[in-house]
Amino acid sequence: MILEHAQVLVVALPLLAVPVCALLPSRRWPGQFATLVAWAVLGFAVLLMAGVAEQGVLRYQLGGWAPPWGIEYRLDAMAALVQLLLALIAAVVFPYAARSLADEVDDGRVGGIFAALLLLLTGLLGIVATGDAFNVFVFLEISSLSGYALIAMGRRRRALVASFRYLIMGTVGATFFLIGLGLLYALTGTLNMDDLATRMPPLSASPTAQTALVFIVAGIGLKAAVFPLHQWLPDAYAEAPPAVAAFMAATATKVALYVLARFLFGVFGLEQLLEVPALQSALQGLAVAGMLAGSLLAMRAMDIGRILALSSVAQVGYILLGFALFSTAGLAAGLVHLFNHALMKAALFLALGAIVHRVGSGDLSRLEGVAHAMPWTMAAFMMGALSLIGVPLTAGFVGKWYLILAVVEQGQWWLVMAMLVASILSVVYLWRIVEVLYRRPAVLPARHEAPALLLLPTLLLAVANLVMGMHATPLVEWSMRASASLLGAGS
Amino acid sequence: MTAGDWLPLLLIVPMLGAAGILAAGRVPNLREGVTVVTSLLLFWVVVQLAMSGAEPRWVLTEPLPGLQLALSPEPLGLLFALIASGLWIVTSVYAFGYMRAKHEAKQTRFYAFFALSIGAAMGVAMAANLFTLFVFYEALTLSTYPLVAHHGDDKARAGARTYLRILLGTSIGLLLPAIIWTHQLAGTGEFTPGGILAGHAGPTVAGVLLVLYVLGVGKAAVMPVHRWLPAAMVAPTPVSALLHAVAVVKAGVFVILKLVVYVFGMEFLAGVPLERALLWLAGFTVVAASTVALRQDNLKRLLAYSTIGQLSYVVMAALTLGTTAGLAAALHIAAHAVAKITLFFTAGSIYVASGKTQVSQLDGIGRRMPVTMTAFTVAALSMIGLPPTVGFISKWMILQGALEADQLFVVLVLVVSTALNAGYFMPIIHRAFFRPERAVAREHGEAPPPMVAALVVTAFLTLLGALAADILVSTLAPVMTAGSSG
Repeated sequence: MILEHAQVLVVALPLLAVPVCALLPSRRWPGQFATLVAWAVLGFAVLLMAGVAEQGVLRYQLGGWAPPWGIEYRLDAMAALVQLLLALIAAVVFPYAARSLADEVDDGRVGGIFAALLLLLTGLLGIVATGDAFNVFVFLEISSLSGYALIAMGRRRRALVASFRYLIMGTVGATFFLIGLGLLYALTGTLNMDDLATRMPPLSASPTAQTALVFIVAGIGLKAAVFPLHQWLPDAYAEAPPAVAAFMAATATKVALYVLARFLFGVFGLEQLLEVPALQSALQGLAVAGMLAGSLLAMRAMDIGRILALSSVAQVGYILLGFALFSTAGLAAGLVHLFNHALMKAALFLALGAIVHRVGSGDLSRLEGVAHAMPWTMAAFMMGALSLIGVPLTAGFVGKWYLILAVVEQGQWWLVMAMLVASILSVVYLWRIVEVLYRRPAVLPARHEAPALLLLPTLLLAVANLVMGMHATPLVEWSMRASASLLGAGS
Repeated sequence: MTAGDWLPLLLIVPMLGAAGILAAGRVPNLREGVTVVTSLLLFWVVVQLAMSGAEPRWVLTEPLPGLQLALSPEPLGLLFALIASGLWIVTSVYAFGYMRAKHEAKQTRFYAFFALSIGAAMGVAMAANLFTLFVFYEALTLSTYPLVAHHGDDKARAGARTYLRILLGTSIGLLLPAIIWTHQLAGTGEFTPGGILAGHAGPTVAGVLLVLYVLGVGKAAVMPVHRWLPAAMVAPTPVSALLHAVAVVKAGVFVILKLVVYVFGMEFLAGVPLERALLWLAGFTVVAASTVALRQDNLKRLLAYSTIGQLSYVVMAALTLGTTAGLAAALHIAAHAVAKITLFFTAGSIYVASGKTQVSQLDGIGRRMPVTMTAFTVAALSMIGLPPTVGFISKWMILQGALEADQLFVVLVLVVSTALNAGYFMPIIHRAFFRPERAVAREHGEAPPPMVAALVVTAFLTLLGALAADILVSTLAPVMTAGSSG
């Protein structure tokens, strides 16, 4: 019974847990409760992954209403991959947050902040689980609203400004997305994504369809922090509490990219996209601009959170570039990098959180020699940094390797050069951090390692980067499969 | 034990050694003992592997489908591994004297990273394919960074940053795309006698690839990617001696030789027009570096520029193509290694005993440090290419290879370079032995015994190498003929 409904339960469970969590007393309980929920979600996600591996696409009719009238939950290989990623990151970050957030926020807010985290998780899981385009919008708003609230919880008053900016930008993005959906609905009379995909081909040449495409790409591009729509992101992640930043950096932009791939290839379809003039070169141009601009800005930033956030802008560029190749190999490479980037960014933000927990600041000028006091945290940070650079045998290398192969396949050498330049820039901005953290004299005089509850999740993710770098075959094969099925279905 | 069992030990021994060094950090004598034992063990493992003559294969992991991290010995790799691990023993002994006499800080970290660097060099030597080569090549860069930045002051940090920037920049920006491109063209990156690119790439593409490779292997220091080498001279002298005369720079030229033989194949490369241009670039580097060396007053910088020139001898010989030239390149790797490490040892000894770092301060020092300066003279003769040293034989063979291949350009470069080499080494010898000492700053004799012993050993190797060259040539000959005929 439970297995049959797992597809819905994975979304419903965290949603039902939200009010419970908000009402829980004491500083510790909400965090522990949220952790349990996250682990249960992980269990469901693993079950569903196995189900998809066996049966291909899982379908579930909400309330027994048949699609296209009712809402259908639809889980294919790509969705299952992102769902597992979300559950994994939540399962690792929530116990960390249970310790760090409980120390950082006022007593009265602890229940609320974990409720918001669960709501964010619900929204992100819902986007991935559903097969209904309007449902995607609803869950996108759920996740965004809880995201605004969480960012406003940052230590400094500037967090409020960052949250407000994100709110304005995010709302603009959501509105664009909604306009795009409205146009599609007007054109086809359906909101089920499978149904849309079958009805779109004859209509795709119409100006309405192309306008819808532009609105959807722009709206989702904003949520995914695609250059030049990224301005909200550095402030938001730098000001948010580190545990929140770790969770959002690893998941929120990734899910937005998932939606982008879903609409581009699962709704519009490859052949229709190729007919839109300049779409491919525009996406590639934005991807490259993001890779370079993000890295260049990161070289000048002084706050580690900001540096990591700007590096996310660059990494989103890599993933987008994979999508924008409009090929099976490119989409697969993008998905691989999407998964792995979540692992590395989460590891880096968690390590940063541990440092902030001890020193009280993430500003480079106040962190000299911290590495000597916190060797284990620093080891995890180094691991994440190496992975971010794309050193072989780390997770980051795998995505870049396949991305370059996919680009070379199309003979676009300038893209290869752009990727390599961005990689070299990432060495520069990460090395700056490493140098400062190892410098002497140190701000923390003696050994002062982070508490075990912060350290263990951080190290776990750091090791995951190594494992995924050494045994990438399962992930690569799954991504290839997801990519082939999505592009096969779209055309 | 079969030959296959020895292979993992090449990585395990240095890693365990590093762990042991860290564990014994509080007891200097024990720590130094661990270092020596590790270096002896490693050398023994390499010798066992070389003696067995088998070519086993050890796959560590297969991170991506069809992309293996694998080690497999072959004659060229064994040669490089023998040189690096053998000279590590001598350098360890030298380093004890140097580091103690200079009261260097952080010696435990120093020895530990030294062991890791040698492990990475072993990986480079035994790499079975391009991917493995790249992994260990980068590991070598990263594990030597703390050694270059050892002093930790602003000057050391700036030098180390240049070191890292150029080596990582060229390897990520040029070498990695070349490797991926090769994979895309040939469908494999396995080192195969006779090459893997023939039939998969046209002459133009192969030419571009060769440019990417030669400049991407920044460790070979072909101009214009040579600047890291003088910058790395901020390191303590034992580091300069082993890493920047042997392990790191030799890894560079060794990789180029290996690429020519096992990836391109000499026969295929002969039909690539751009190959000539790279030969000229290497020749230019030889002459230009020697000219710059002529104007250096700092002894270590002079040696660094001399190294740049000598490395390009190897690159030039490899690119001359042909059996004799290929053998000459391999022999010159060995010849330059023993001679240049001797020179760096003497520079360090002079510095420790007298505090002198400049050539112009060396008047009359031969009388205070006769053993050291005699070793210097032997090594300098090898650099210039005069008998009875090993440098004479390798240079002779390069000339012979050039004549066989009708490369008069190479002959010309060799003649000019020999004159220049004599031009900057002879005055030092003259100063040391024939000029009277100037105002005495402080009384001193030879450097501490471990240092003197080490440099005497390497000086003897420079002489003995001339006798052993024959063995080396006969062992390596089959590789080169496979490379040029098939």
